[in-house]
Amino acid sequence: MSHPDVTTESKPVRLLLIAGAGLIMAGLLLLPLLAVFIEALRKGWEVFFVSLRDEAALSAVTLTLTAAAISVPLNTLFGVAAAWAVTKFRFKGRALLVSLIDLPFAVSPVIAGLVWVLMFGSHGWFGQWLLASDIKIIFALPGIIIATMFVTFPFVARELIPLMESQGSDQEEAAITLGAGGWQIFRRVTLPNIKWGLLYGVLLCNARAMGEFGAVSVVSGHIRGETNTLPLHVEVLYNEYQFSAAFACATLLALLALVTLGVKSAIEHFTDHSRSVL
Amino acid sequence: MHQRRVIPGFGLSLGFTLIYLSVLILIPLAALFLKAAGLGWQEWWNLLVSARVLAAAKLTFGASAAAAALSSVLGTIVTWVLVRYRFPGRRLMDAMIDLPFALPTAVAGITLTTIYAPNGWVGAYLAQFGIKAAYSPLGVFIALTFVGFPFVVRTLQPVLEDFTKDTEEAAAMLGAGRWVTVRRVVLPMMLPALITGFTLAFARAIGEYGSVIFISGNLPMKTEILPLLIVSQLEQFNVPAAAVIASAMLIVSFMLLFSINLLQRWLDWRHR
Amino acid sequence: MSISIQSIHKTFGSYKALDDISLEVPNGSLTALLGPSGSGKTTLLRIVAGLEFADSGSGKILFHGENVVNVPAGKRQVGFVFQNYALFRHMTVAQNIAFGLTVLPRNLKPTAKAIRERVQELLHLVRLDGLDLRRPDELSGGQRQRVALARALAIRPKVLLLDEPFGALDAQVRKDLRRWLRVFHDEIGLTTLFVTHDQEEALELADQVVVMRNARIEQVGPPQQIYDKPRTPFVYEFLGNVNKLANPNGPAQYVRPHEIEVKFAAEFDPSLDRLAVVQHLFSAGPVAALSVRLDDGQFLEVEITRKQLDELALSEGDSVALGLPPTDRE
Repeated sequence: MSHPDVTTESKPVRLLLIAGAGLIMAGLLLLPLLAVFIEALRKGWEVFFVSLRDEAALSAVTLTLTAAAISVPLNTLFGVAAAWAVTKFRFKGRALLVSLIDLPFAVSPVIAGLVWVLMFGSHGWFGQWLLASDIKIIFALPGIIIATMFVTFPFVARELIPLMESQGSDQEEAAITLGAGGWQIFRRVTLPNIKWGLLYGVLLCNARAMGEFGAVSVVSGHIRGETNTLPLHVEVLYNEYQFSAAFACATLLALLALVTLGVKSAIEHFTDHSRSVL
Repeated sequence: MHQRRVIPGFGLSLGFTLIYLSVLILIPLAALFLKAAGLGWQEWWNLLVSARVLAAAKLTFGASAAAAALSSVLGTIVTWVLVRYRFPGRRLMDAMIDLPFALPTAVAGITLTTIYAPNGWVGAYLAQFGIKAAYSPLGVFIALTFVGFPFVVRTLQPVLEDFTKDTEEAAAMLGAGRWVTVRRVVLPMMLPALITGFTLAFARAIGEYGSVIFISGNLPMKTEILPLLIVSQLEQFNVPAAAVIASAMLIVSFMLLFSINLLQRWLDWRHR
Repeated sequence: MSISIQSIHKTFGSYKALDDISLEVPNGSLTALLGPSGSGKTTLLRIVAGLEFADSGSGKILFHGENVVNVPAGKRQVGFVFQNYALFRHMTVAQNIAFGLTVLPRNLKPTAKAIRERVQELLHLVRLDGLDLRRPDELSGGQRQRVALARALAIRPKVLLLDEPFGALDAQVRKDLRRWLRVFHDEIGLTTLFVTHDQEEALELADQVVVMRNARIEQVGPPQQIYDKPRTPFVYEFLGNVNKLANPNGPAQYVRPHEIEVKFAAEFDPSLDRLAVVQHLFSAGPVAALSVRLDDGQFLEVEITRKQLDELALSEGDSVALGLPPTDRE
């Protein structure tokens, strides 16, 4: 005898919905992911490896890693400071500050690049001065870094703020009554409590930093072997009809995405961390 | 009056936060608006109603809205299945939802183009029916659906997880069939989250660049989106025009996010 | 060490949390701050601890005659037990208890061995021997509370402050811990100030009860005096069951249910007693509760012993004479 559960659908409907969801996932998400790898290997492993060992590809990887190595730690530092200020204290304008931190999410990547051209480009605010001082920001590494920093700005702060808000300040206050100083409180009480959230934020920040395309594209100038990050290198190869090479380099970025998703999902699973979007 | 605080680090953390925020975000955005404000209202108007800008705006907002709508439908089905049913592969499905966020947009762009090009896996099939996917507004729509999908799922998911089953049990006890319960009880309760998810997907789609420019074909007046128009103005050294279009886009985006905030606040208030 | 609180004010924006509070906590006493939520008792406790600051220019907090208003919380040598204990979730019980010793500057920090011994000693003191390697989430509520207490005592505080120490516990554990804390306090003799909203807890545990309401102190005194001679209607109603008798010729009279003497109607003395009819009888337990209606229509709750009830052989609908206590109150 069956006991119909009033809070779920009949079995055929359930199976139909699961199949539908599977189809959506396969068509919308899985198909493109598979396509990256299949296209990359279309002309065989040899072409694949040659494309990756190409000098321009290597320099693109180096540039991408450099930009991430600078922007991610800075934004992490900012995220921790901002979360501390916003969650441990009450002050006027606090709510406004929280919304301002999220601001870059509302800005198109292209505009995130454009603002730096307006600041440091040859017609920008500091353009003439930079030209006279022989400092290059736009179409050079500094431009790529600041554009990356702009788009990845909120990631760490946005993970930490709700986390630290929900944890409250009781443990910090307890540490204070026991005589701990500021740095001791942060390192021995706060940090262990937020480490998974922090790692989560850094992970998302890093994925976006390494994969950013629009903002970097505006400020880079596409100088081959010099200012092309890996995503830009993929674009250049694709536009030159070197499809297999383009997809070979794209596999590196797709693997980065898969690792990010794997670690992210592991953190969510082991720490009850609520899911966040990049 | 100086307020005493027990927890240390207020001045240091707030000071660093404000300086960093100003230098990296606020001052550059101000530079953009100042540049755009350098043009008079008349020039703004002429620029924004020029045929090319209007065509790009129509495509950008139209395709974004349509894509966000499709994402909402697909996202609702997938979220329902993820939250309510247990089946093999569920955790993998859950983890894969975020692929469009994690996959760099350039990679998504060239991949979708390859799939939907007239000689691609899906494109060739569609071509048999005379449907052109890549290099057409349809291609833009496909790319933006891909991009917006996770926003809908990740907004709906926690809300649906928080629903207790007692309202549904109550509806069933009152004699409502399952379909009536879902349509009259569950879906209305999900609606606010669905609107939020739609708006987030829409806002993201408007600014999207990397995943669209490969598949769109970038024909002015036909398949050119606003972010690309900004880039092309910049490449032609028409910086003021780029700044005006960018400012107008930003104003729209800020208003969208502001309305989401209002919606959320209203919902929080109503819940109390 | 004694605590002396002298005319403390505290406002949050336009909200007055403490309005001119002065209080003496004698050395070695166990003092309860009792009041409903929002009365300001927790704010006062936090100001004594240094976790909150009184309005600038207002009042003093003296520890043994020394003003500590400008001494930071970490240097006041105050043991503070938080309402939800605020245990460090990522540390073991032993690490929690040792925390206050390990954050001391290098020249004051005890050796690792000395810290270990002190932790064992404290674990023994709070009867948690052998639990040193557990984590807070592996402990029961009562055990967590005692870990929090041991952690606070590790720094050899001069005063102990407890915020709703039994608030988060179930009824039975609460009663046990209450008695244990009383004995514990008598053993270590540390000046202790605790916050509670539970009158039974305050009366049973404290040497001195401070009743607070709306940012002010209503009454201070030993539990017996507070209960028997409440100074204001609020204190009367807040501490224990009470009947409020309207009096057409003067202020309302407050009478506790057990203060009313029940006699046969035949013993009615018109100069002292009132006549009443028993409406309802509840006698499951050592004490019988009667609900009676007075001749003027007012209802009273009366408590008598089972023995008295049997002697009177009352049943619902019977008439009785009630001897009310005299109305003179200080």
